Amino acid sequence: MPKTTVKVPTPLRPFAGGAAELALEGSTVGGVIRTLADANPALKRHLFTPEGRLRNFVTVYLNDEDIRYLERESTPLKDGDIVSIVPAVAGGAPSSARSSSRPSKLTAIAPEPEESFSRDELRRYSRHLLLPEVGVAGQRKLRHAKVLLVGAGGLGAPTALYLAAAGVGEIGLVDFDSIDLSNLQRQVLYTTPDVGRPKLAVAKERLEALNPGTRVTPYEERLTSANALDIVGRYDVVVDGTDNFPTRYLVNDASVLLGKPNVYGSIYRFEGQVSVFDAKRGPCYRCLYPEPPPPDLVPSCAEAGVLGVLPGLVGVLQATETVKLILGRGELLIGRLLLYDALSLKFRELKLQKNPECVLCSPAATQTGLIDYPAFCGVPTSEAPLAQGTVPEVEPEALHAELESSEPPFLVDVRAPEEWAIAHLPGAHLIPKGELPERVDELTRASHLVLYCRSGKRSADATRLLLDLGFSHVRTLRGGINAWAERVDPSMAQY
Amino acid sequence: MKEVAVSAGFMDEMRAHARESYPDECCGILIGATSEPDGERRRTILAVERSRNEFDGERRRRFLILPEELREVERRTERAGRAVVGFYHSHPDHPAQPSQYDQDHAWPWYTYLILAVTASDVPRVAAFELDADTSTFQETGLVVAPEPVSLPSVTRW
Repeated sequence: MPKTTVKVPTPLRPFAGGAAELALEGSTVGGVIRTLADANPALKRHLFTPEGRLRNFVTVYLNDEDIRYLERESTPLKDGDIVSIVPAVAGGAPSSARSSSRPSKLTAIAPEPEESFSRDELRRYSRHLLLPEVGVAGQRKLRHAKVLLVGAGGLGAPTALYLAAAGVGEIGLVDFDSIDLSNLQRQVLYTTPDVGRPKLAVAKERLEALNPGTRVTPYEERLTSANALDIVGRYDVVVDGTDNFPTRYLVNDASVLLGKPNVYGSIYRFEGQVSVFDAKRGPCYRCLYPEPPPPDLVPSCAEAGVLGVLPGLVGVLQATETVKLILGRGELLIGRLLLYDALSLKFRELKLQKNPECVLCSPAATQTGLIDYPAFCGVPTSEAPLAQGTVPEVEPEALHAELESSEPPFLVDVRAPEEWAIAHLPGAHLIPKGELPERVDELTRASHLVLYCRSGKRSADATRLLLDLGFSHVRTLRGGINAWAERVDPSMAQY
Repeated sequence: MKEVAVSAGFMDEMRAHARESYPDECCGILIGATSEPDGERRRTILAVERSRNEFDGERRRRFLILPEELREVERRTERAGRAVVGFYHSHPDHPAQPSQYDQDHAWPWYTYLILAVTASDVPRVAAFELDADTSTFQETGLVVAPEPVSLPSVTRW
């Protein structure tokens, strides 16, 4: 039989001849402990119930593992194993209501794991269960938690993966996009064969495969003032992984109105921000930014670019705060804005105050419901950007024909030089949109101008600018260079 | 009579813990040294560590220190040449007397300090120890030393 060492806890040593450890032979953990008890009758009552079961506040470890997560008393032993007996310490004041009845040890002490967690679950979450800050009680909180992720993109992907892995019972996902090849640089929930499929269908598959104990509810729609209170109201915590201001304000306002904590994250190029907005305990997003910035000051990731690993870190920080919120442990980022700069690898923290005049969460609040967020943020409600459609446009095919003609228009690329380097139209002239006002004189000799950008949004705005400056023959390429690549020159890169 | 000596500073720390946790029960670990110079056992508390009350339920009436935590503290203290010698916990709005539940779950040899705590005060602290035959949970002597007892306390959280 395997030779093992049994470690006796200090209080029981007097009952085991004073020894701190004993060399015992046995084939199972239960076997050696019974051998020990049989040899020391005084010890027996401390380890076993009168019915002969191991008392439930006696915990036994095989090397570094709690045997409840192994095969309990039948866990087999091998030579050199160390079996440790560790007391769980419990007690409490007399119960005022039922002081005469002796509380049941079974329900009062660490819950019998099989009542609530299966063997597989105990093993799956064992590294959590070992943490005093999580334990069985915390794991149960995670299982009962409902978390809504708004956005299943760069931030939502890592957050969702870690929350599902951690054992969060219900995850709601709001997104309506399909997977694009350009998503894969950072949206680690998706893989190359998924391109073209709806994000939520793939996300549900992946997350439920990662953890069958997690239920994923997809909301394949845009979060709007009409559905936000209903959707957010079904969850305990909201995680903001949005990429636009109207939705960000909407998520904030719905969370404040419903009294839910909002775990905020945002990313821009190499920089990230994280905070927890919980109006009951600290400021809300509106305390920080009462008004959205003007829409043309806030390029999206699609325009500005983003370091692929950045949302990984920010999303994981959001997942961390979400788990802490659920567990009720640690210091939360409430009233603190964490700033992360990946280029310098520096974290900074700003203290945030609750705005005593916040229209939403202060005692002086005037806003009691949701509003029209696209209008509030100055962005158009339709899919098409504001200027697009209101300025003269040219379709890619028509532009192609004109460029082949004897009087080709003068092409102006209003994108950033980095984008120009990816692909540009032959013969085009690069003037980034921001430089346009000071460089208009470069365009005065051209009789016909066509402006283009990636998708047609920036060039429409630039066209509006030139028209306002008095240019008469200016048009914008509808759909931008991506539409050109799709319809005229398939060899050209799309991004 | 068995006796345990605790410095006034540690007493203050435990009282503060009891008040902060009120109306929940607080709990913690006593680290110290035990000697039997003249047949009568004496124990000196050299550090107190706050624990999380991990009881999954009514924490106003119950406490639980997980074996993982105890194991971790034991490892740490044993490396420093000391030992876990007992535990403290509070009885919110109840006297500093062991409940039947305390006795049912007590281990011999350890010192159990119980702090009666109300919303405004910690009126009494008393020390108890379970007899070897587990039949009685007896009060032992508690000596509060005015000066801190040599080593600094280790507090977490």
